[in-house]
Formats: sequence, structure tokens, C-alpha cells
Amino acid sequence: MGKRIDVSDLDIYYGDFLAVEKVTMVIEPRTVTALIGPSGCGKSTFLRSLNRMHEVIPGAHVEGKVVMDGQDIYGSDVDPVDVRRSIGMVFQRPNPFPTMSIAENVLAGQRLNNKRMRKAESEELVERSLRGANLWEEVKDRLGRPGSSLSGGQQQRLCIARAIAVQPQVLLMDEPCSALDPISTLAIEDLIGELKQDYTIVIVTHNMQQASRVSDETGFFNIAGTGKPGKLIEMADTTTMFSNPSQKATEDYVSGRFG
Amino acid sequence: MTEVRAPETATPPSPPVPSAPVRLGTRSLPRWAPLGAYAAGAAAAGALLLVTGFSLAGWVVLTALVGTVLLVGASRAVEGARKATDRLVTVLVTGAFLVALLPLVSVTYTVVSRGAARFDAQFFTYSMRGVVGEGGGAYHAIVGTLIITALATLISVPVGLLTAVYLVEYGRGQLARAIRFLIDVMSGIPSIVAGLFAFALFTLFLGPGARLGIMGAVALSVLMIPLVVRSTEEMLKLVPNELREASYALGVPKWLTIVRVVLRTAVAGIATGVTLAVARVIGETAPLLVTVGTTTSVNLNPFEGRMASLPTFSYFSFTQPGANPQFAVERAWTAALTLVILVMLFNLLARVISKVFSPKAR
Repeated sequence: MGKRIDVSDLDIYYGDFLAVEKVTMVIEPRTVTALIGPSGCGKSTFLRSLNRMHEVIPGAHVEGKVVMDGQDIYGSDVDPVDVRRSIGMVFQRPNPFPTMSIAENVLAGQRLNNKRMRKAESEELVERSLRGANLWEEVKDRLGRPGSSLSGGQQQRLCIARAIAVQPQVLLMDEPCSALDPISTLAIEDLIGELKQDYTIVIVTHNMQQASRVSDETGFFNIAGTGKPGKLIEMADTTTMFSNPSQKATEDYVSGRFG
Repeated sequence: MTEVRAPETATPPSPPVPSAPVRLGTRSLPRWAPLGAYAAGAAAAGALLLVTGFSLAGWVVLTALVGTVLLVGASRAVEGARKATDRLVTVLVTGAFLVALLPLVSVTYTVVSRGAARFDAQFFTYSMRGVVGEGGGAYHAIVGTLIITALATLISVPVGLLTAVYLVEYGRGQLARAIRFLIDVMSGIPSIVAGLFAFALFTLFLGPGARLGIMGAVALSVLMIPLVVRSTEEMLKLVPNELREASYALGVPKWLTIVRVVLRTAVAGIATGVTLAVARVIGETAPLLVTVGTTTSVNLNPFEGRMASLPTFSYFSFTQPGANPQFAVERAWTAALTLVILVMLFNLLARVISKVFSPKAR
């Protein structure tokens, strides 16, 4: 598992408004790629365009190519539903389904798609996914309780378990720790380190320490001003980005001079 | 404040100059003040009316006025303007509540006290077939009401639910706006117009003079659909967008997301809305008069012949009581009581449904 994604000349629009301009980047398999940048620079928008979640918003569309496994995910014969099955996503705010128990939340990808599973098989999947999300030990005695009974950090790990239960190739994380306390953040960061053995991970974060702790590659997005499109300024391996970036703007941002 | 401050490092800070003590709270009226004011008001109003001629309504109104003036005046003198305003607004709010409660209490009391006389087993097991004068019951009207309302629900819920899903999940631009506007217009239609619509519609197919249970159901669903659409739409809007996105991100198609996540999350509210819509149309009289008519015997087939219903039963018992009016009028009141109880049961049912289906936090 874990695929490479090639993005070339991607323009992302909300209606007529060009939000992100001409992004070209390579996301290597089984690595963690962090996207950093000031608010409103389009890094979340870019992330959402990687599994076609962007177009859920009315009027939103993209131009350019996002190639995974030799297929353009924006190709005319590609079903966005299939794209999302192989490129999973974890959101900023934990969003377990309130009507489902913990176990049902993990199985949501299967259950909601009306996939039939034998009991043993689904129990095995629940355990494997929750172990994968480092949550098993904490919830194994209360799998039937509602997902919303967990703490915020646990809910976020439940959402990660739910995302990996559908066995995606790539996992996108949109500021997964911004609503969490430092302890829960640490738990998630450790988890990201483990998950990259199997998955390609792209993470958007506002926290530059977090980016330097968890990622192998870092991309810096910036925006010239309000109403202007966001751009990918620079992308390199994380050590280089934080110690010796080639662009002035990157250096200013990572050293905390703006943003 | 007269001394010159020394540099802070040199001497300890000088003790603060005492200012006037802060007063927390003022004098207040005793707890019995409102009671006393209104008792005095009642006495004064009574005395005044004894001179001019006594009437109960006048006495109550005068008591309220005089008592309020006394209370607010005393409060203003003793407690100050802010507390006086507080008392005045408290009086207004309580008064508005009592005025709103008055018709409810009055209706409940009247219906229960007059309907209790015939609230017996015979009323619920006998129809009016061949009954002149004493005895008889509203069995035929009760089943008629239940059948017609059930059919109306069967028509309105799918139409209303799907319309709301369209408006919230798919519709945008001109078409959605037009539908929303028409739904608003539809909810303002007088019920007799809905009845005439169903009557005209079925006249096209069956010729003039047709009276069927299904016609009544169609008329009622014209009234019910906007209620269902409106309440369902509000409930669907309350479902957080994050849940939809979570579902999409798991590779769930839109229609399955709507069915299994959005509707499932909102089902408690939707069920409550539907039940309240049922409770709202179950007492409609005018549309049923023109579309279903009434009858004295049991008719379980809504596709053939007239059917009785509780509102029309009550109406005809009252307007055409026949030879021994007091028996018919008693039956009319009991039918009204039965209808009130039905509506109450539906409201209770709505609460139970919402309790069972709503997402649990713990």
C-alpha cells in the first residue's frame, strides 16, 4: 500500500475565483508530506482537491492533473467515489457519526456502502483498525458505546481508525491536531509515524514544530495578498526546508517572522 | 490623595485611602409585596364596582390594573427605578402567559366536562347506523378519521421528505427558490380551498358528486405536505456538514450518504415533525365536508362511498341533531373530546419517537 501522487499545474477554483494557482508537486509513497503556510493560503483547499473532496462545495472545480498509479484522478471516466475510497481523509474537527457506536464508526466505510461482512471478519477489522489508530486498549471494553462518548483526542483517533478501515492508499489529514490538547497531539503524531510504514500521508498543519517533527517532506504555500491565489512557494525535504530554504519567504515563515 | 508618592522601591506601598463603602443591594419590598398589592387592588376594585355595578370580568381587569400600579409605584418609591422596571416587566410577562393560557384551559375544561357524559364503551364500539335519539357511537367516525389521516400521511410523507431532501441536498438557484416560495404559499392555503381542489380533481375523473375517503386524504395531504417539507428541511439543515464530508471521504456515494447518514441523524426531528403535522390535520373539518361527506355506518374502504370522520361527525351531530337534540349534542362533545385525546396521543408519540431515535451522547 501507499502510492505516489504526481500533481502537475493544478489550478483550483471556487466558482470563478482562482484559489490556488499552478501547483506542481510529487508526493512520495510511504512518506509524510507536510503542507505549511499562513491562513487562507490554500493548503487545505489543495489537500481537499487531492481526493476530490473539493468539488463537494457548489461551483468548486480544478484544472490540471493529479496522477496516482498512472491514472489522472480528474480523468473523465474516473468516479470520485472510487478516488475517495483509495485516498482517505481525516478532518480538522473530529467528526464521528453521532448515531453510531464506536465499532459501527470504524465499520462505517463498509456499513454505509452496504457491504456485507461476516461477524468474525468485521470484529477482526474493528480490532485491526483501532489497533492501527492506537485506540484499541482504551476502547476495547466499550465498543458498543456511542462514538461521541470519547474525548476529543480519542474521537480524532477513532476518525483515523475509520479512515484506515477502508484500506486506502493515501491518507490526507487536514490539521488533525488543531482541536486537540498536547497529550492527544503527541498520540496522533506518534500514530502518524507508525502509519507511514503503510500509507502515504499528507498533512496540513499550522504548527511548524509539528511539521518538522512528523514530516519527511514539506511544502510551503503562500499568498501574495487578499483575493490573490495561493501558490506553492517551495517544496523540499523537511530538514532543508527548516534549516536552509532557498526562498526568502520560506525562511521568514519558518523562522516565525510572519504568519 | 494628598501625599506625594515615594519611589516604589524605597517604601512599602502606602495603604489605600478608604473611599465611600460600596453598597451592594438596596432596601427592598418584603416578599409578600406583590400579593399585598394585588389584594389591595382587588379590594379597591371591588369597592369601586359595588358603586357602579358588579361584573366579574371588570373586577379581574381592574384588580390587575390597580394592583400593578400599586406594586410598581411602591417599588419605585422604595427600591428605585431599575427594580420597578423589573417588576413591571415581570407583571407583563406573567400576564401575557396567563392570557395565552386562558383559552387552552377554557377549551380543555369545556370539552372534558361536556364530553365525559358519553365517554363510554358504547361510544367507541357502536356506529350511528339506525340510531335515532339515545345511544349510538362514533366507531365509524373514529376509524374513518384514522383511515383518512393514515392515507394522507402515506401521501404526504414521501412527497414532503423527498422535496426537503431535494431542497437541502441538491436544489440551488431559481428552481429551488421557486419551490421554496410555492411551499410557503401552499402552507397559507385555507383548508376549504384544499378540499375544493381535491373535489375538482376527482370530479375530472369520476364525474360530479363523488365522495370518497381517498379524496379527503388528498385534500388533507395538500395541507400536510408543506408542513412536512418545512419541518424536515429545518431538521436536515441541522445535520452538520462535517458528517456529510466524513461520509464522502470514506468513499460513500452521495445518495447513500443522504439515506444512511443525513436522514438517519435527523430521523428523530423528522418523525416529530411528521407527527405534529398529523396532529395538525387530523382535526380538519371543511375539506372533509366537501370531499368525503359523512355517513352513519362503518365504511372501511376509502375508495368507495362516503366515510364518517370525527370532526364532521361532531359538526353534523351539532347542526342536525334530529329528534332528540340533547343526545346528539352529547355525542358531538364526546367526539370533540376523542379528537383532543387523539391529538394529545400523537404529541406524546412524537416525544417518544424523538427520544428513541435521537443520537445519544453517552
